[in-house]
Amino acid sequence: MPVTDKVPVHLLVNGEAYEVMVPPYKTLLEVLREDLGLTGTKHGCELGECSMCGVLVDGKPYLSCLAMPLDLQQAEISTVEGLANGNEPHPLQRAFAELGAAQCGYCTPAMLLTAKSLLDSNPRPSREAIRQALAGVLCRCTGYLKIFEAVELAAARSSTSPPAAHV
Amino acid sequence: MSDELSIVGQSLVKPDAMGKVSGQTKFADDLMLPRMLFGRLLRSPYPHARIRRIDTSKATAIPGVLAVLTGEDLPVKFGILPVSQDEEALAREKVRYVGDPVAAVAATDEWIADEAIDRIEVEFEELPRYMSLEEALADGGGEPIHGRTNVHKAVALEFGDTEEAISGAAHQREDIVFFEGNTHLPMEQHAAVAQYGQDGRLTLWSSTQTPHYVHRALGKVLEMPMSRIRVIATPNGGGFGGKSDIFAHELVAAKLALVTGRPVKITLTREEVFYAHRGRHPVLMKVRTGFTKEGVITGMQFQSFLDGGGYGSYGVASTYYTGALQTTTYAIPRYRFEGARLFTNKPPCGPKRGHGTPQPRFALEVHLDKVAEELGIDPVNLRLRNLPEPDSRTVNWLRITSCGLRACIEKVAAESRFLEQRRAMPAGRGLGFAVSSYLSGAGTAIYWNEMPHSEVQLKVDRGGGVALLCGAIDIGQGSDHILAAIAAEVLGVSLDDIQLTTADTDLTPIDLGSYSSRVTFMAGNAARAAAEKVRAILFEAAAEALQCDPDDLQARDRRVFRRARPEDGMTFAQAVVAAEAKRGVVAASGSYTPPRIAGPYKGSGVGPSPAYSYSAAVVEVDCDARTGEVRVPQVWIAHDIGRAINPMLVVGQVEGSVYMALGEALMEEQTFRLGLHKFPSMLEYKSPTALEAPVIHTYLVETIDPEGPFGAKEAGQGPLLPVIPAVANAVYNAIGVRIDEIPITPDRVLKALAEKAKGRLPRVGPRRVPAFAFPALIQVERPPEWTQS
Repeated sequence: MPVTDKVPVHLLVNGEAYEVMVPPYKTLLEVLREDLGLTGTKHGCELGECSMCGVLVDGKPYLSCLAMPLDLQQAEISTVEGLANGNEPHPLQRAFAELGAAQCGYCTPAMLLTAKSLLDSNPRPSREAIRQALAGVLCRCTGYLKIFEAVELAAARSSTSPPAAHV
Repeated sequence: MSDELSIVGQSLVKPDAMGKVSGQTKFADDLMLPRMLFGRLLRSPYPHARIRRIDTSKATAIPGVLAVLTGEDLPVKFGILPVSQDEEALAREKVRYVGDPVAAVAATDEWIADEAIDRIEVEFEELPRYMSLEEALADGGGEPIHGRTNVHKAVALEFGDTEEAISGAAHQREDIVFFEGNTHLPMEQHAAVAQYGQDGRLTLWSSTQTPHYVHRALGKVLEMPMSRIRVIATPNGGGFGGKSDIFAHELVAAKLALVTGRPVKITLTREEVFYAHRGRHPVLMKVRTGFTKEGVITGMQFQSFLDGGGYGSYGVASTYYTGALQTTTYAIPRYRFEGARLFTNKPPCGPKRGHGTPQPRFALEVHLDKVAEELGIDPVNLRLRNLPEPDSRTVNWLRITSCGLRACIEKVAAESRFLEQRRAMPAGRGLGFAVSSYLSGAGTAIYWNEMPHSEVQLKVDRGGGVALLCGAIDIGQGSDHILAAIAAEVLGVSLDDIQLTTADTDLTPIDLGSYSSRVTFMAGNAARAAAEKVRAILFEAAAEALQCDPDDLQARDRRVFRRARPEDGMTFAQAVVAAEAKRGVVAASGSYTPPRIAGPYKGSGVGPSPAYSYSAAVVEVDCDARTGEVRVPQVWIAHDIGRAINPMLVVGQVEGSVYMALGEALMEEQTFRLGLHKFPSMLEYKSPTALEAPVIHTYLVETIDPEGPFGAKEAGQGPLLPVIPAVANAVYNAIGVRIDEIPITPDRVLKALAEKAKGRLPRVGPRRVPAFAFPALIQVERPPEWTQS
């Protein structure tokens, strides 16, 4: 029989502190969606294969379907719900919408967060750097091109320096 | 003020974009209802077995388990096609593939549900399995999968004497090729949530492309009036055809909600999505064609053998589709088609992007590439000598209206400099060329009826807002945008003024579903018709106020005004007020029924479409002779879209089609070993990542179809078709080997190179088709234009 004893977990998500009682085997993905109501983070495989569940932990892409919340009580977790500044969309969100980079929209939260992590460390990435950074997030709709273009547009708008040739 | 279009033709942000980039779009699995239970299915571990006994008592005894179902609880059979009502929500007597659902539970959490599934005891008696076309056809293989034979469907049609046309031709050729099955792999797993109220009403939210057919099936299987059932399609996190069938988990979630009186959610695991399947049929094909010495086709014979999997699904239609569209792409004066679909013990196949046509497209385009070489005619020229004419009828009675194939061919050939470059590529690199056509919606409905295929209701409010209701569901293809853009264009308002309610059987009029590339054409025409009626109502009231003729009015920029004197007018909202004061609620509906264009023969219902899209592609490959790996650096593709309602979204559909085609061409395959799916996981089922994405040069050709909404045709499926054979033809151009089998994996490339090195035929692919007695050919009279020449 499954263990049903719940344990308290403290999480810092999108700058907000949460305390929830959850079974200790529940993944971060499940806690985000079911206990915190943050359903922008998606299931895709529960095996770390597709990155639909991608969030940021201390600014780095992280597979929430393989993460245990008890391990992350000291970390800063970011989800798609925290990307916009109030009603002001993040430049990546605006660019994805404007260029049609979200078709069905299911991979979009993870794509956006992964791209944000890239731009935070490399504000004007090359096309190759974008490909590399997004290689783990599968998208079945777009063929990826509009996603690359949207990341480049957001980068161009947020930065005054030209894109790096090889970085 | 001009009559130029202001919204149609613009690359605007689609209405659902901000919901998607903010994570606010609610997919089916995102729905969490109070007191909701979690459902799970127990699936067969055997490919073919009789169910001897099921004991659910240990599962039922677990605290937190509220219901356990077996096939006896849902005995009514169903199926997407009226002729194939061969499925049960939970198998009663037999299982027919690994993954066939057998029992189900509802529990207070997922872990308890999993535990309960494990405690259900099923005694199976294994039966001999059929895992290939050959096994399905073998004599003495034991009990067939259904009935007395594993032949699900066999058809044989002939339009004119093909034998005479081919054997008497200056040149003839026969090819045998194989296209392995593959699956849709939507990023969103299928999910359904059901709720049954004390008022006796059932609601099902589901990630489905076909809420109307799910509605019908629920009524049938649950034996409940459809009037007490509401089906709401949630935005699909990718469909590609994979969510256009009726699935066990939808029926089971509904039944569990009925039994428990509580909401029940079933979300499939990724492994289960591979079993749900309904994807690309593996098809073995033989094509034989006669040509004049100038390369003009004199006649064609086409045979296809479809490996259907365990149930009928869309298979009868799939079978016909493998033979239907050869003639819309080329002018073929005499044509024979023989097709057979066989049951095997695999997950059922069905429609995936291009439904039944990528396989024959591969066969035909590779075949023509070989013929071009034999005749010493370049591959582009050979196509140009066999083009169908606009406003013509094919030998199998398909009506062609607009046709931009010539323009597509000329565009990609020129932009890629195909003819010059294919002879000048560096070692290991090559260029391939192919063309295609596809439906803009099936011309006949799945179940025969005289009703419209798409309907839209519009209602305007005093503030100038427009409510648009339609059964269509957005699966990422942009159907919400198409509806809103067309209504906004006609009414002269902004996209923001349109409030969409879609795919809710309680609220929205019918749209048959997001399949067969039908939504832009059919729902778009319905939206246009509804909006034109509303505009007429507004113009009538405005004309009275402005003391002019309604025909002199125009609606644009949220105003209604006199075309000749634009300053003489009123706001859109004022026009609504004037009309409402005059006659009450300002609302109208529009509908679309395709023209009756099916030919005079049995089987003619598959293939007709109110319009066909056309595509041409050039693919560049880079082949590594050491590893056998084929990479695609660049693709040129032109697509006859009729008119692009939103060019950005059309390009997105083209790029997505190219991507999906490259996955199918090079790596994706759904294959089995000892009855088991070899790799029901996303890690091992290889699909292209961001690293494999090629540069894609997309060119839109606009032919302004006479019947499409604002001239529009389809974009979602057609552009996939030419890419797969263009890859195969490029591989031949690059390294001189023919891979007559999809996917073109490194092992196949290496095998062909080894054959070449030994001086043997540098080819990998099937050499024969099974001995099979097709039914007697039905000789169909050709349309008069073909017999008079």
